[in-house]
Amino acid sequence: MELIYHTWPWYISGFIIGLVMLSLIYFGKTFGMSSNLRTLCSLAGAGKKVSFFNWNWKSQRWNLAVVAGAMLGGFVATHYMSDPSNVSINPKTIEKLQTINIDAPEGKLMPDALFSTQVFQSPKGMFILLIGGLLIGFGSRYAGGCTSGHAITGLSNLQLPSLKAVIGFFIGGLIMAHFILPLIL
Amino acid sequence: MKLIKFILVGFIFGIVLTKSEAVSWYRIYEMFQFQSFHMYGIIMVAVLTGMIGIQLIKKFKLKDCSGEPICIGDKEPSTVRYLLGGVIFGLGWALAGSCPGPIFILIGAGFTTVIIVLLGALLGTFLYGVLKDKLPH
Repeated sequence: MELIYHTWPWYISGFIIGLVMLSLIYFGKTFGMSSNLRTLCSLAGAGKKVSFFNWNWKSQRWNLAVVAGAMLGGFVATHYMSDPSNVSINPKTIEKLQTINIDAPEGKLMPDALFSTQVFQSPKGMFILLIGGLLIGFGSRYAGGCTSGHAITGLSNLQLPSLKAVIGFFIGGLIMAHFILPLIL
Repeated sequence: MKLIKFILVGFIFGIVLTKSEAVSWYRIYEMFQFQSFHMYGIIMVAVLTGMIGIQLIKKFKLKDCSGEPICIGDKEPSTVRYLLGGVIFGLGWALAGSCPGPIFILIGAGFTTVIIVLLGALLGTFLYGVLKDKLPH
């Protein structure tokens, strides 16, 4: 039982994520989290101004239900299934993080330097998170999917376009992690 | 009531992404430093599981829960939108350390600052909708 409090191994986690995708297929849907961002824009009334958001978004209610479940899952997992052994990343990574002023995890999922509530008092900190989100939202819609739609579903279905998108994800991620983060943090 | 099964699938997804720490900014950073196999292992096993499942669905022409034949659509062929959109997404992924699923999971977990990431992501999605016809696809 104690094992569920520790970091779940990659082979179990990956397997369950694969099953999540397959169960949505069995329910007649497809796994794709970034579509919810478009649905939320439509829900907020963006369809009146921009035709891209004027679509049958109500057919996506099931996906919002997945989001609601995921939020609840995140709550339960962090509040009732965690222990201080979590997020034990490579010591070399921690050393590298020190050079860009990011605190070590010590059981936390997210660094305080970027995500503590003090960020609400820091225009630079808020700007970083806002730009990060903006790139995620814009890029996933432009590429027609994110990690769930392309990396998991698309690659599983042997889609060449998804492979191109995933190569793009890694090019962008490597540029950010190695060249841009050290400059801005 | 029909939505309960989706809430349940989402619940499992939220737990497994949190407990595997795929929602963690640190794990994404570590992955892009090539200093751990953990994230690569998760993605590989998820894809392998999915691949075997989809092959079985196709081979045995399985039906979904409402009895309809399962048909997984192919993605439109193109290169520009996937590579360019992918790079833009990747920049955000490594900066905010989360992709769309984890954004919601982390907010549910109580990380209030991730709401700023969500607002940014909504703004980015909206901007794409505005600029869509002017972008090369």
